[in-house]
Amino acid sequence: MNIDAVDRQIIQATQAGLPLVAQPYQAVAEELGLPVEDVMQRLARMQRDGIIRRIAAVPNHYKLGYRYNGMTVWDVADRYVDSLGPQVAELPFVSHCYQRPRHLPDWPYNLFAMVHGKTEQDAERQVAAIAELLGERARSHEVLYSTKILKKTGLRIGG
Amino acid sequence: MDPSDKAIVNRLQQGFPICDSPFRYVAEELGIAESELLARLQTMLAEGVLSRFGPMYHAEQMGGALTLAALKVPDDRFDEVAEIVNAFPEVAHNYARNHVLNMWFVLATEKPEQVSAVIGRIEDATGLAVYNMPKISEYYVGLQLEA
Repeated sequence: MNIDAVDRQIIQATQAGLPLVAQPYQAVAEELGLPVEDVMQRLARMQRDGIIRRIAAVPNHYKLGYRYNGMTVWDVADRYVDSLGPQVAELPFVSHCYQRPRHLPDWPYNLFAMVHGKTEQDAERQVAAIAELLGERARSHEVLYSTKILKKTGLRIGG
Repeated sequence: MDPSDKAIVNRLQQGFPICDSPFRYVAEELGIAESELLARLQTMLAEGVLSRFGPMYHAEQMGGALTLAALKVPDDRFDEVAEIVNAFPEVAHNYARNHVLNMWFVLATEKPEQVSAVIGRIEDATGLAVYNMPKISEYYVGLQLEA
């Protein structure tokens, strides 16, 4: 664990979001009884160390018009997956790309790539581009579209 | 969304500064007043255009663990099971998907060994088998959506 007790307090105070006030880090510092310089330095350090991926807004993709959010899943021979995964990941419309374990017999897929389209045609074109890249090295695939966001809160650590 | 909201969403996906008056800094970049940026951000969060705004913490870098997991939920139990799953604080995201495996959620735990314990508790609480699909390799995580 690369965080101490004070980092942990800062994480707990900010994991649901930053306060929407002109001086948000000052507000966090006051809430925790810490100097604001300390809060800012610790956040900057956590960002440098990759504990914070970034401080940013997370949009609801549906509300931006991305209605076709497809998790494409592919059954790729294990010997190819580490060379093909990075190639799929390089496609400009792929937002996440992972190798994951199969659950045979009903889940043969080991390569996952998320695509996002504003229309069904957009999404289908994206899937077709991945299919073309993988060619015969993908034995089968499916596309699972999200139909509803049931929860989207991000990481939470307990008190 | 008007052009000003779109510019805010596109700008704020890229990152937010750590300084005394970060909203003023971003507002100046966008050519709007700080008070307008704050008000629009508040509205977009309230309306769900943005699901959150702040630091995105990386579970694994903090010594924790993440996994993707799926359930085959009978249609007539879907809402009930969603409520049970969502009540776990370790469930960071949960999506319905059009497949026999119709519920997909991400678990984030503070310690790697907690993943299997939480999965066991979800199986007990729902009576359903959890398909655990932790990542073996991460090839890419990124892409910002253009508003």
